[in-house]
Amino acid sequence: MIESEGLTKQLGGRTVVSDVSFTCEPGTVTGFPGPNGAGKTTTMRMLCGLAEPDAGEARVLGSRYRDLPNPGRRVGILLDASAQHAGRRGREALAVSAQTMGVGEERVDSLLELVGLDATAARRRVGKYSLGMRQRLGLAHALLGEPQVLILDEPANGLDPEGMRWMRVLLRDFADRGGTVLLSSHLLTEVEAIADRIVIIGGGRVRAQGTGAELLNVTGTSVRAQDVQGLRRALASAGLTASPADDDGLLVDAEPEAVARAAMAGGVVLSRLTPSEGAGLERLFFELTTEPTALPDMNSTDLELTGAPA
Amino acid sequence: MSTALAVPRPATPSLSPTARPGLGRLTRVELRKMADTRAGFWLMAAVVALTAITVVARALIGDAADHDLGSMMDVVLLPAAGLLPVAGILLVTSEWSQRTGLITFTLVPVRSRVLAAKLLAGLVLSLAALVVCLVTIAAGVLLAAQGVDGAWSSSGAMAGQAAVFLTTSMVTGIAFGAAMLASAPAIVVYFTLPGIWTALASLPFLENVAPWADPALGPITGEVLSATQWAQAGTALALWMLLPLLIGVWRITKREVTA
Repeated sequence: MIESEGLTKQLGGRTVVSDVSFTCEPGTVTGFPGPNGAGKTTTMRMLCGLAEPDAGEARVLGSRYRDLPNPGRRVGILLDASAQHAGRRGREALAVSAQTMGVGEERVDSLLELVGLDATAARRRVGKYSLGMRQRLGLAHALLGEPQVLILDEPANGLDPEGMRWMRVLLRDFADRGGTVLLSSHLLTEVEAIADRIVIIGGGRVRAQGTGAELLNVTGTSVRAQDVQGLRRALASAGLTASPADDDGLLVDAEPEAVARAAMAGGVVLSRLTPSEGAGLERLFFELTTEPTALPDMNSTDLELTGAPA
Repeated sequence: MSTALAVPRPATPSLSPTARPGLGRLTRVELRKMADTRAGFWLMAAVVALTAITVVARALIGDAADHDLGSMMDVVLLPAAGLLPVAGILLVTSEWSQRTGLITFTLVPVRSRVLAAKLLAGLVLSLAALVVCLVTIAAGVLLAAQGVDGAWSSSGAMAGQAAVFLTTSMVTGIAFGAAMLASAPAIVVYFTLPGIWTALASLPFLENVAPWADPALGPITGEVLSATQWAQAGTALALWMLLPLLIGVWRITKREVTA
């Protein structure tokens, strides 16, 4: 269980995280997608007690992270796979943490095996590791204390497609056994593939959250006709609301069949008619990704998407 | 019940999720971290090798009369006193420069406990180094100062001063690391400070103050200190050890871990 209540953080006079609230339930994987610089890492650092929020509160397993007596045995954390001493051997890096949190060293070896780092790799110094190997070592480190909660910042970074698939299976299994997972990514597709719930963050604010299905089933129909004015009239007389889409077409808040009926009643010939499942989510994410500095005012989208029940 | 009793004890004592890792455990971890990196290993190896070389070199130079305890100690403690603080500096600064602080401070969120463990580990290491140095020095005096009257004079007091010198050097290193949180500046300042201070101390208006702030702690490794010299060592330690340590405590506990 991870609870973030109105987390707010200012750095250098700039608000980097603003009123971020969400809850991650046991047995679920929560995806935390957002473009680089969106505030994902800062939020995660506040969850782990590395940064102090200016307002709001973060709780992990019901208490503040700092109040957990032996947090390594409760919460597995991977904030940055490269944050390991370059001159320390891979196995030793895990063994140091195992000793700190009090788990037997035999668990170090079984985890190295689990993440696919063989004896040769385990003996090498972390400075010689590829990014993918560091990521695997970081995942092993996060799992070391047999935690109930995982907080992972960009865990798929540097993994090859096979590694990503492997990680998905691993995290799915962890959640299915009752664990809580929060993972961030700058790629929406990566999050969609694994998360039960998605909390989209951009410009330091939560832009949308809900289950994958809720966010993707923002039903709508993308429609296009030569006679745009006629189409607008036909839709209006059928009581359907339409908004302009990116491509001179219209985005209608209705099922394709209803749109087709309205067009037929108005005698308008359609040149395209497609359900736009998830189009809103992707468009929102795209806008956040392409303009991380000057964010468009998306209050209307916010209302539409954040209203999804938890 | 019988099966539960038959379970063998794991090699490393395990700790339940509700038990806080004790300071003893954290100290052992910090000792391990000082020696398990490439830099740490070579630093320790260099201390041992240089101590051995120094004692031989010092024993070969001069007459037997020059090889009494004070003369030997004055030189032979230098490798340990010079290099161990670097291990102390790196023990703190690597959490930032190597960014392991992200791990250390999430496993032990009360950061003052990590710093306490580092100080304790530093003390343990410097006491171990003290034993090595004293044995080496004793062997040197035994072989090189045969038949010299008073070669062993005040050996108890001298051993005590060696202990003070090595441990405070180590703590000063840790304090510099903590105050600066960056390896290179901490090491550079630690090594250039005595020289800079010696240059400053020769200025006329600092003449009277200088002995009270001498980072080398006066003749602590060469002769038995007088009461005044102890007082001067105390004020010097307050300035060069305690002050940076307090700055370091403040920075580590209050500053966010941005590594």
